[in-house]
Amino acid sequence: MNLHAVSPFFTWLAATPVSQTIQSVTWIIPAVQTVHILCVAAVMVSVLLVNLRLLGVAPRDMTIDATLRRFLPAVWWPLPILLATGATLIVAEPERALENPVFVLKMSLLLAGTLLTFGCGWVVRHRPGFWDRDVRRRGLAQLLATASLLIWAAIVFAGRWIAYVQVT
Amino acid sequence: MLQTVLQFLQDSPPAVTIREGEMLFPWIECIHVLALTLVIGSIAIVDLRLIGLAWRDRSVIETTTLSLPITWCAFLVAAITGGLLFASNATVYAGNAYFQAKMLLIALAGLNMAGYHGFAGKRAASWRSAAATPWPARVVGGLSLAMWICIAACGRWIGFSINAPT
Repeated sequence: MNLHAVSPFFTWLAATPVSQTIQSVTWIIPAVQTVHILCVAAVMVSVLLVNLRLLGVAPRDMTIDATLRRFLPAVWWPLPILLATGATLIVAEPERALENPVFVLKMSLLLAGTLLTFGCGWVVRHRPGFWDRDVRRRGLAQLLATASLLIWAAIVFAGRWIAYVQVT
Repeated sequence: MLQTVLQFLQDSPPAVTIREGEMLFPWIECIHVLALTLVIGSIAIVDLRLIGLAWRDRSVIETTTLSLPITWCAFLVAAITGGLLFASNATVYAGNAYFQAKMLLIALAGLNMAGYHGFAGKRAASWRSAAATPWPARVVGGLSLAMWICIAACGRWIGFSINAPT
């Protein structure tokens, strides 16, 4: 994408009344970020519990299927709120995110993490007991869980780094 | 006295390194944010269970057994990283009203939790349905949830009231 070709759009967006309001009313951005981070909390603890179960660490008294059925909804329902609050922050400062390579990295990781987690949920719905069937599948589950934990942690890290990477 | 301690903290080698380095502060902040999402998320699971809004088919004890180890590990990491961030600019943070409010709220949340453990003890094992959670347990859960939401908000407002990248 040619950034110089789309930058008039950023200029226009930053000049819209909505963007101007978010920029001038000082409590809006921290409030939106607070909602964003609370939803991140719901996603992260759910992702952690699902993946700890896939790794075989905890909770041992629940099957993999039951654990995923319980905690995956708490990964999905915050996502629309995260997209809405994230979009609000972009409208406030379009160039801070859209011209920032770390933002692009975060969105790519988010896509990867979402697909991976959705895939695990799909398997549970359509092939109950799949992960517990043999040692090789348990090994695969552990590999995917490790990858998933690293990806979701990297998404949080990238989110914070957006604030520090200067757009030149 | 307090000012001397804060100044000493701020002049300590780790604090100076964090303050003067370009990369250390953001990396420590990343770990702090990751840890605090797990603190708040794992506490929210217990709070929602106490209020009776989620996972009613498992007892309160089963829920805390699952959640609280995550809370403690993540809280330890958040406290260490938070301490390092604080040290890097101790005199400024200590005077910040949002920082003071955040510390006060964390202390109150701790008291709330200690009070809950004193009150509930082993009785919580029998709280299997929403109806079985007595009203003090619901109040504790509601208070805890409200306090941790405010703690997250204070944390964000510290960044906006002190000149740092937000």
